[in-house]
Amino acid sequence: MISKKVANVQEALEGVSDNMTFMFGGFGLSGIPENSIAELVRLGTKGLKCISNNAGVDDFGLGLLLQGKQIDKMTSSYVGENDEFERQMLSGELEVELIPQGTLAERCRAAQAGFPAIYTPAGYGTEVAEGKETREFDGKMYVLEYAFKADFAFVKAWKGDAAGNLVFKGTARNFNPNMCGAAKITVAEVEELVPVGTLDPNQIHIPGIFVKRIFQGEKYEKRIEQRTVRQRD
Amino acid sequence: MLDKNGIAKRIAKEVQDGYYVNLGIGIPTLVANYVRDDIEVEFQSENGVLGMGPFPFEGEEDADIINAGKQTITTLPGASFFDSAMSFSMIRGQHVDLTILGAMEVSEEGDIANWKIPGKMVKGMGGAMDLVASAENIIVAMMHTNRAGASKLLKQCSLPLTGVACVKKVVTDLAVMEITPNGFKLLERAPGVSVEDIKNATEGTLIIEGNIPEMDL
Repeated sequence: MISKKVANVQEALEGVSDNMTFMFGGFGLSGIPENSIAELVRLGTKGLKCISNNAGVDDFGLGLLLQGKQIDKMTSSYVGENDEFERQMLSGELEVELIPQGTLAERCRAAQAGFPAIYTPAGYGTEVAEGKETREFDGKMYVLEYAFKADFAFVKAWKGDAAGNLVFKGTARNFNPNMCGAAKITVAEVEELVPVGTLDPNQIHIPGIFVKRIFQGEKYEKRIEQRTVRQRD
Repeated sequence: MLDKNGIAKRIAKEVQDGYYVNLGIGIPTLVANYVRDDIEVEFQSENGVLGMGPFPFEGEEDADIINAGKQTITTLPGASFFDSAMSFSMIRGQHVDLTILGAMEVSEEGDIANWKIPGKMVKGMGGAMDLVASAENIIVAMMHTNRAGASKLLKQCSLPLTGVACVKKVVTDLAVMEITPNGFKLLERAPGVSVEDIKNATEGTLIIEGNIPEMDL
């Protein structure tokens, strides 16, 4: 067994430096790498270019990095929940590239899978396609979108083992599997690091080959963004 | 005139047995409450769940089980979870039968704008561009006019587009309309709304043929 296990978040983030490009898993606040984000806040790494579907909320998730003005550029699909994000974007402090959610996923997957680019119908005829190569296939127009290039991918899983195998839970899965192996170094943090051999090989979502470093997060807040419930009859 | 729930109720009638349906945020989300319970339908949420159920009971919320609006949800028997790339494979690959989403503007050619007001609100398109670029069957749920009273059914969209020539049907608080090569074809009126009211609230070309029935809700 090739071990990917590192002792803690400090070791997991070894090598991060200013001006790098990072991928962050998560949808809203669900399935975000909380511990890696907290460590980046502590390190104060600046000039970051971040690829993440969302930008957190003002006081949690990537919002924490925005607060510290650590991010120079965000590539996201939806950023509606963060006032500080909007302020920095409108004032020009923060460069923002908004791209379709499926395109974001597929540009990650392309990087993971060794495709330099993909053609997607999403965004054709809109400002998202401006300046991009387009091509017709079977009478329909498509836009050429390039695979992402990133230095680190920070992902979060439910369970994992020292071999780097990952199992996700619920919709906390989202972009996390697509970002594994899509950057030079993939750092996976898990809620529970279980002994090798206890995960059923049939049930593994991401094989350890896509993961470079794995550690068990110290704590998870797992904040709920929109708590919606129904009444019992 | 319909309220938001009324619009959702009318759109629910478009949902057929065996459909996989993607619901956008806002009015579309309400559609799930009105789908007939004698048919089998599965709701897909682009953040990675098929077979969405109702909101959880208080105390049973799970931060790991949410919908695309980031709301806590439950799943029904037969549900599945998957990653974002697979979710959009379902959408882009046209495996989803019906897409219902909100809009700021719709043009008579079926263009839709629902993601950006230049210089003002910045939220992003989320999955909307992927949905409208690929779905075969797109229904827009929205109010007929904006807060300032201006028509949202236009000859041409003035806001940045989400997709071109993709909307098939529009259901508003006033009417049901189909997008045809010649413009918005009026199919039904909301209760208590006249054809004249709809004409006055529609900037784009409105096609009125024969008697326009009132919606059967």
